[in-house]
Formats: sequence, C-alpha cells, structure tokens
Amino acid sequence: MFEGVPLTWFLITGTIMFFVGIYGFLVRKNLITILMSTELILNSVNINFVAFNKILYPGHLEGMFFTIFIIAVAAAEASVAIAIIINIYRRLVSINVEKMDEMKY
Amino acid sequence: MIDFSYTALILLIPLFLFVLVGLFGNRFKPLVSGVIGTSGLFVIWVLSLFTAYKYFFVLEKATDGSFQKLLAVNTVWLHLTDKLHIDMGVLLDPISVMMLIVITTVSLMVHLYSIGYMHGEKGFQRFFAMLSLFSFSMLGLVVATNIFQMYIFWELVGVSSYLLIGFYYTRDTAVAASKKAFIVTRFADLGFLIGILILSYTTGTFDFITLTGSSSPAFSSGQGVWFLGLSTMTWSMIFIFMGGAGKSAMFPLHIWLPDAMEGPTPVSALIHAATMVVAGVYLVARMFPIYIHETAALDIVAWVGAFTSLFAAVIACTQFDIKRVLAYSTMSQIGYMMLALGVSGYGGHEGLGYMASMFHLFTHAFFKALLFLGAGAIIHAVHSNYMNEMGGLRKYLPITHITFLIACLAIAGIPPFAGFFSKDEILVAAFHHNKVLFAMEYAVAGLTAFYMFRLYYSVFWRKEVHYHHTPHEAPATMTIPLIFLALGSTFTGFIPFTKLVTSDGLPFEIHTEWGIAIPSILIAVVGIAVATVFYRKENNIATRLARSMGGFYTAAYHKFYIDEVYLFITKRIIFNYISRPIAWFDRHIVDGTMNGVSYVTNEASFRIRKFQSGQLQQYAIVFVSGTIFLALLFIYLWTN
Repeated sequence: MFEGVPLTWFLITGTIMFFVGIYGFLVRKNLITILMSTELILNSVNINFVAFNKILYPGHLEGMFFTIFIIAVAAAEASVAIAIIINIYRRLVSINVEKMDEMKY
Repeated sequence: MIDFSYTALILLIPLFLFVLVGLFGNRFKPLVSGVIGTSGLFVIWVLSLFTAYKYFFVLEKATDGSFQKLLAVNTVWLHLTDKLHIDMGVLLDPISVMMLIVITTVSLMVHLYSIGYMHGEKGFQRFFAMLSLFSFSMLGLVVATNIFQMYIFWELVGVSSYLLIGFYYTRDTAVAASKKAFIVTRFADLGFLIGILILSYTTGTFDFITLTGSSSPAFSSGQGVWFLGLSTMTWSMIFIFMGGAGKSAMFPLHIWLPDAMEGPTPVSALIHAATMVVAGVYLVARMFPIYIHETAALDIVAWVGAFTSLFAAVIACTQFDIKRVLAYSTMSQIGYMMLALGVSGYGGHEGLGYMASMFHLFTHAFFKALLFLGAGAIIHAVHSNYMNEMGGLRKYLPITHITFLIACLAIAGIPPFAGFFSKDEILVAAFHHNKVLFAMEYAVAGLTAFYMFRLYYSVFWRKEVHYHHTPHEAPATMTIPLIFLALGSTFTGFIPFTKLVTSDGLPFEIHTEWGIAIPSILIAVVGIAVATVFYRKENNIATRLARSMGGFYTAAYHKFYIDEVYLFITKRIIFNYISRPIAWFDRHIVDGTMNGVSYVTNEASFRIRKFQSGQLQQYAIVFVSGTIFLALLFIYLWTN
C-alpha cells in the first residue's frame, strides 16, 4: 500500500506535525488547545517510529509496540491533564494559561 | 586457674541500672528506683568482695611469689594497627581489686543513705540514675586494662560528677559550680590526653601490663629525645600527672573541689571525697613502675602533693561551711597520698610509700565518706551548712555524734583508728626520703587534728543555738551507713596491707617506727587540745588569735585568693588579649566571608527573579530554544 513511498516523506510529515505542535504549545492561550498540541507532538513521534520500523527494519515489531505504548500513555496523560484543567477552571473560572501565574517569585 | 570472667558483671550491672532507672525511673515510685539502685549495688558489692577473696587468698601466685596481673575480660574495641589497638576489659591486680572494694562499699553506703537523705526531693530517680552511671564509670576506670580505656572512663566520671554537682540545676551557684568543675578537670584532662599520646607514640602500646611490666618499652624508648632538659618519657609522665592532679584537686587545679560541694551531700561523700578524687592517685599508682624511672616527674608528684596538703589544711582551719572544711580536708589528705607515691621507691621495703599511699586511700575512703555522710545528717537536721549556726547538737543527734567523733579521731591519726596506721606509714616513708617533706606533713598532721576538732566542737559542743525546730536524729537508712562506715574507720587500719598491696606485688614486713609514730600522735593530741581550748566552750580566743594573725588569716579565709587569680588571668588576660581578637576574627573575617557569599547570592537572585514569571509558555520557549540550541551544537560538533 505504501510501497514506493520513501522514508523522507514520512519524516517530513512528522517534522511538520512536530513543529506545528510546538507552535501551538507556545502561542495558544487555551489550555485545551495546548493539550491538543502536545498530542500532535506525540503523534509526530509515532509516525517516525512506525516509518522507521516499516522501512528500515521490516522484520521487527519494536517500533509498532512503542507506538502502541505511546498511544496508551497519551490517553492516560490526556485524562489526567483534563482533570487538572477542570480543577483549574473551578478555581479560576478560566482556562487561559496566562491567568495561571501563581507560582512565580 | 580461676575464671574471673564474671567480673564483667561488676561493670554491666550499674550500666544496666543507669539505663533502667534513667529511662523508666519516672514510671516507678521514687522509693522503688532507690531500692532497685541500692540492691543492684549490693549485688556488685558482694561480687567485689568475692573477687577480692578469690584474688588475694585463692588464686595461685606468679612464679616469683607476687600477685599476678590478670586480664579477666578483654575484647578489642578499636583495631588501629596490629600492634596498637584499644581494648575494653577488666584487669585484676592488687590495686584494682582494692579499689573495687572501696568503690562498691562507699557507693552502696551512699545509695542506702541517699534513700533517706534525698527523700521527697524532686528528681529522686534522676539522682539514682546518675549514681549508677557514676558507679559504672568509676568501676570501669579502676579495672581498665589499658590507658585509653581509663581515659574514656575518666571522662565519664567527669560527666557524672558534672551532672551530680549540678543536681539542683535551678540554683545558679550549683550550675556555676558544675561548669567550673567540668571545665577545670577538662583542662587538666587535656594534659592527660597529651601524655597518653606521647606515651603511646613512643612505646607503641596502650596496654598496662606491657607498659608496667619488667621489660616495658617505656624504659627504653623515649629516652633519647630531650626537651627543656627532660626526656620525652618524663614529659609524658608529667602530662599524665597533670590529668591526675586535675581530677584529684591538686594545687593549682584544686579550685573546683570546694565549689563542687554545691551538689547533694551524698554525692560529695561518694565522688568528691572517697572515689573520684582519688582517681589521680590511682592513676599515678597504676603507672608507678614508669614513674619510678622518671625521677623528675616523681619529684613533681611529691612536691605538689606536699604543698597541696599543707595549703589545703591551712585554708580548712578558717572556713565556716562544714562541707567546705571537709572539702579542703579531702584535698589535704589526697595531697598526703600523692606525696607518699612521690617519695616511694620500687620493690620491697623501698616501696613503703606506695603501700602507704594505697593504704591511706583505703582508710581515707571510709572515714571521709563517714564525715561527709555525718555532715549530711547534721545539715539534714539543722538545714544549714554554717557551723556558726550550729552548736550543742550532741544531745539531739547521738548516733551521728559518736560516728562523727570516730571519723574525726581516725582522720586526726589517733590509734587504734584507721587513719593512724596509714598516715604513720606515709610519715615514715617521707622521713626516709626528704626531711623537708616530712616536716611539712608533720605540720599538716597537727593542722588536720585541729581543724577536724574545730569542726567537731563547733557542731556538737559549744553553746546551743536557737533552732527553728528541734533537730532530730536521721532515719535508719541514714544511720546504718554511718555505723557501718564507723566500724570501717575503726578496723580497716588492721588490714595487713604490706602483705596485699605493694609496689611489686611481693609482701614485705614492716615494724612500727615508734620514733615517728609517737611524735605524730603527740602533735595530733596537741591539735585536738588546742581545738578543745578554742572551741569547746564559747569564748573569743579563736577570734582574737585570728585578729592577731591579720593578713595571713584573711588570706587563708579567702582561700589565698586563688580563685581571684584565676579570674584575673581568665577575665583580664585571656579574655582581653586572646579571646577578644579571636572573637573579632571570627565575627568579621570568618563570618564576613560567609555573609559576603550569601549577600552576593541574595543580590544576584533578586536581580534575576523576574525570570520566574509563572508563565508556562515562557518557560516552554526557553526550554525549546535550549533544546534547539543543543541540537544544533551537537550537529555542528558531529559534522566536524
């Protein structure tokens, strides 16, 4: 199905996703969007893993398993993050990241 | 061969009692902890007597017929090198066995007495815990197998003495006295430690049996190196004697002992009269085979002892606090013991002074403990320490009166009481060594009789003072020890010490030298007679005499201003010219550096604290740019 698609394309896709994630993380003020950006970063890594595994080491499964682990961990992380965000909302009545500046000097 | 390993119990039982009463004493009724302490002491008293019997009469002698030096228990505690290691154990030889008896007997009597004396005091359990700690430390000191073990226990007795002097810690004078005692003896112990270090450095061993044996490394090593005209070994012995002098309150390190009388009276009897203060004498006796080779050090021992005994006896004649009189009398008697060691030779009849010293230590423990316990009973009855607030007590305190009289006769050297025999031997030894020392001690014998009977008459005779309530005799727990010790003071003089405790362990014969004994009895009688004239009835002869002596009397009354000299040296000289510059250096240079460092840190962090803004995304930017920077750096490094 992907026969003939070179590794570089996958890597370029991954890189673009990664930096889109970074950009979102740095500039968006909404905590939910920031959380989504981190998911983008994680998934860009997943694409790299799968691509490397499929093309460089066709007989192996480590990359696949790593990806599955990352997806599972990301799910757990998302649930924790959302719980935290809900608590923050209850406290500050806002999910604007700039409002959360209590931990300063 | 008899197994003496059970002697470890003599040390372990008081330690156990200390832990038990110290930790759980407050859960017991006061009386219970008193009884526990006393019965524990009774057990080790019996064990000590049993050990002494076995050691002196059952154990076979060494090949030359002397008493063996026996390692009953020994374990290596700190392994430094194969040759040099610090052991813990029990050494049995005539003097340590004798000390076991002295300590356990007096300690048992004091425990029993304290049940009555300390009745109803706050901290009753604490008192007994400390007494057990003291007994443990003192017993460990005398049975030490090596000089380092001795040093450890030496410090432990210092601590227990500190704790017990400061027993009434709410009283400022008691706190000051305990600190003074601790600091002065600690200062002296510095000398002791230096002595130990020199000794072990030159000989390569701590062990007493090796050190005092006939082929001791102390005789050969350390002789080649000289400093200020004395060999290394002599210096080491002088430093060790400094430790002994501090603990035994020899001039000029005696200033703590009179103040130590702030402690409860049973403590004064146990620690500051009978046991701890003779530790210095014991130390010199223990190292005696080395001292005998270092004649310069031995001369110092003799002269310091003789001077202290005269000095203290003169002061004792002028004091009014009965416990202080007894304290100075203790110093004087310990001076006797030191002198006897100082004039002694080694082996056979030459070692008469050594035997006399140990003999006097033994008898003195009985009559001086008795005097202190008697003084305790008197203070208990009239609630005052000052003899001008007493008088005519013989009607009210019959048992105390009789026992106190016996003790006074014993210390004055009237036969057949114990003090006569031991003091006579000391005088004989001094007479054969040096006539000046003999003359000093002869004068002290007269002074001793005088001040003891001054005390006796002032307390028990004279006119009756008006008491707030009628004084009454002490309870049985207090009078039984008095009676027991009075019996000891009467009969211990007949113990044939020449057969048991001698410098080389071999028995020898002595004959009473009546040429010295009779004059010494005479001067004691003169002293008593003078005291009788002065103090038996109310009169002003003593006051007139004191006035005629003028400055000398005032000086003696103020203890020859030694305390003031110390204060002058410490406050004016050491504080001003040494401590203050050091304090300045500490505050400005050392602390200044530290403060400077913290000031710089503080300022710098104050400047950059805005960096910690609390903004999540700001941190993330720093993190990402850092990562990118590192990534670029690594790529750059790899590609080159």
